[in-house]
Amino acid sequence: MWKNFPLFPEAASSLAGQVDGLYFFLVAVSAFFTVLIFVTIFIFAIKYRRQVNPLPTQIEGSLPLELTWTLIPLGICMIFFAWGSLIYFQEGRVPRGAMEVYAIGKQWMWKFEHETGQREINQLHVPIGRDVKMIMSSQDVIHSFFVPAFRIKTDVLPGRYTTTWFHATKLGTYHLFCAEYCGTQHSGMIGEVVVMDPSAYQAWLSGGGVMGSLSANGQQLFQQLGCATCHRADTQGRGPNLAGVFGKPVLLDDGRTVFADENYLRESILNPNAKIVSGFKPIMPTFQGQVSEENLAALVAYIKSLVQLQQASNRPAVPVND
Amino acid sequence: MATAVQTVERENYLNSNYGLKSWLLTTDHKRIALLYLMSITAMFWLGGFFAMMIRLELLTPAGDLVSSDTYNKMFTMHGITMVFFFLIPSVPAVIGNFVIPLMVGAKDLAFPRLNLASWYIYMIGAALALWGFMLGGVDTGWTFYTPFSTGYSKTHVVTVAVGIFVVGFSSIFTGLNFIVTIHRMRAPGLTWSRLPLFCWSNYAASLIMVLGTPVIAITLLLVAFERLFHIGVFNPQLGGDPILFQHLFWFYSHPAVYIMILPGMGVISEVITCFSRKRAFGYEFVALASIAIAVLGFLVWAHHMFVAGISMYSALVFSLLSYFVAIPSAVKVFNWTATMYKGSVRFDTPMLYAWGFIGLFTMGGLTGVFLASLGIDVHVTDTYFVVAHFHYVMVGGMVLAYMAGLHFWWPKITGRMYPEPPAKLSALLVFVGFNLTFFPQFVLGYMGMPRRYHAYPPEFQVLNVLSTAGASVLAVGYVLPMIYFLWSLRYGEPAGPNPWNAVGLEWMTPSPPPTHNFDETPVVTWEAYDYEHQPQEEITVGH
Repeated sequence: MWKNFPLFPEAASSLAGQVDGLYFFLVAVSAFFTVLIFVTIFIFAIKYRRQVNPLPTQIEGSLPLELTWTLIPLGICMIFFAWGSLIYFQEGRVPRGAMEVYAIGKQWMWKFEHETGQREINQLHVPIGRDVKMIMSSQDVIHSFFVPAFRIKTDVLPGRYTTTWFHATKLGTYHLFCAEYCGTQHSGMIGEVVVMDPSAYQAWLSGGGVMGSLSANGQQLFQQLGCATCHRADTQGRGPNLAGVFGKPVLLDDGRTVFADENYLRESILNPNAKIVSGFKPIMPTFQGQVSEENLAALVAYIKSLVQLQQASNRPAVPVND
Repeated sequence: MATAVQTVERENYLNSNYGLKSWLLTTDHKRIALLYLMSITAMFWLGGFFAMMIRLELLTPAGDLVSSDTYNKMFTMHGITMVFFFLIPSVPAVIGNFVIPLMVGAKDLAFPRLNLASWYIYMIGAALALWGFMLGGVDTGWTFYTPFSTGYSKTHVVTVAVGIFVVGFSSIFTGLNFIVTIHRMRAPGLTWSRLPLFCWSNYAASLIMVLGTPVIAITLLLVAFERLFHIGVFNPQLGGDPILFQHLFWFYSHPAVYIMILPGMGVISEVITCFSRKRAFGYEFVALASIAIAVLGFLVWAHHMFVAGISMYSALVFSLLSYFVAIPSAVKVFNWTATMYKGSVRFDTPMLYAWGFIGLFTMGGLTGVFLASLGIDVHVTDTYFVVAHFHYVMVGGMVLAYMAGLHFWWPKITGRMYPEPPAKLSALLVFVGFNLTFFPQFVLGYMGMPRRYHAYPPEFQVLNVLSTAGASVLAVGYVLPMIYFLWSLRYGEPAGPNPWNAVGLEWMTPSPPPTHNFDETPVVTWEAYDYEHQPQEEITVGH
């Protein structure tokens, strides 16, 4: 019977246990206060009912009591705050070395692209025991990437990347929901996350016709779109050399320093004049409307892959402000 | 001849003149309150109809009763109708309108014509929204999130948004009227520290109405402009920012929760003191808690956006501030409970509803603390957990407070008693039905069922069936008062000026009150809820 009538979600990620731990603590504290209030009202109602206690005793209040029931709840709340924030920061900070999957939400489906070039729709295959970083954007309205078994949820926005991560700890197939209302088939924008053991995952990766890895596709686009004309692999280009840019601070024309993350790369492709790298001219044309979300993901993946090249040759390419 | 004179009813606000014109052009706050009562009751049943459609659809996992588009319109119109056209005006515009001038010993509100204008504006706003519903409805959710609402929805977004824009002014007018009335028109001797807590909480809610409503008005206009003229504000394709919309929307719509709940809290303070025959425990703390809620309520809006892509550090700040706003609510709950201590407690219907309010509001408030907790919010936001939470606050809290207030002041409003046994039954049905409807939704939410889903995986069905069954009980609990309130208009026992033997200026004038409220301006020489010096009279009516 309980199979058809579950009352609690499966816990299949490294963070799920922590979220559940805080949840149980909150449930316990809430149950205590709820019972306290219900029982107190019940006792007062019976004990001081008019038939028994026709003459009330007037009491105006009590400062010690007011302080008690202000400070104790406040103290308990601060525990909730600290504990909840610790978990949130773990949820928000992607561990180094996580494998990356690009997700694109659109009315009403999920598209996933693996670094190795595999593409899938409404299904996401991931290996157990590895950190997986999701880099997500939407082609139209706001969606939200929600895997209850992993206790994670992040809105997927048009016009920018949002990220989340998980570390699956249990083999199985789990619900993937769109949690932000997105129109007619919102409740149909569902899928599943398949957690596989590493060898099965490798087998899955090698099956099916794949047209090269994501960054290889990005490299091709980089040539086709003419990016390589200015963003050359040396310091002589009209645009900054992109090797080693990702994950580093970039000094801008106006003296600001920005951190080159996925959103920075994305913006620099679609709206190049928003942030001009120090020492360069605002001459790059916009690629807004010319690059699909899929191709953007490939370009970003390619530019990110240039990090290794840069480290290998150990040659400063762009003005960085370390 | 003397007997003939006795049967002639005393002149009051209901019989002083007759005819449609005397109602449609009235500036009497009591008549305007009744106009509002009729209007928002109609909207309540409309919103309730949408709710029943939602619950019936969710009886089975497949989306089989109505189409997805229809379902999406149902929950959108349920939310819009209930929030903007029922909950926000409910206690202030009906009960507050009727009772506040009486409570402060005034002949009317400060601006009687503005008060009438507020009702007409409400009606125009409601007519526009209903027009939009009839043209085919709207499917954006009551939250109008962009860019869906501005660029993708194919429904009547602009018509309905303009309806909400318009109805906002009625709320501003009511708020303005309350603020000025409470400041300027208190009877001699009625100092701020003697003011009934109902006035304090409506005063706090009025501050939010006046300060917050313009923001939602501007936001909805921007939505309409972007939709009609493609002016890029929120849609990234037009150079806008969808998160900006969420900031603006919740800057009003979170404080709007306190517009809804604060006046309800005021009702509870009146009812608990009356039926315990006690001074309000910690009067100053309860009064100041209302103001604290109004102020802090403006500083927590982004807790609706913890997974929306805001910075982690701003999430941290908004989480902390959200805990702070929970504290004054907790203070109120503890003080209401303590008020009963060593009281002389009666079990009349308003008191039953007030107990229901305290219990359900406590649960609604505590589950709000779950949502303020960042690590938990990530999992449960946008799920049925949130749906359950805000229904515990707005239905379990606010609607129960509204029912408590209606029963409490019904004798004052109509001059007749409602029948006690069916009223007690309805209070019980509402409490049981409500819990059966919404408690399973907490479990559903933690299991991961997203809100606004037309169809859902089969393992969620049992809890959804429970919820729908509860909604049916709840519906009966709401239908009953409709019947016995109407019945009481003709057959209810005459109430007399003070059927509850309560203190408070509104009970010192006949029921129904004369048009000018008081034959002579009362002078207040006693503290609020001075049940100590009130003579213990036998209650002669209705029991």
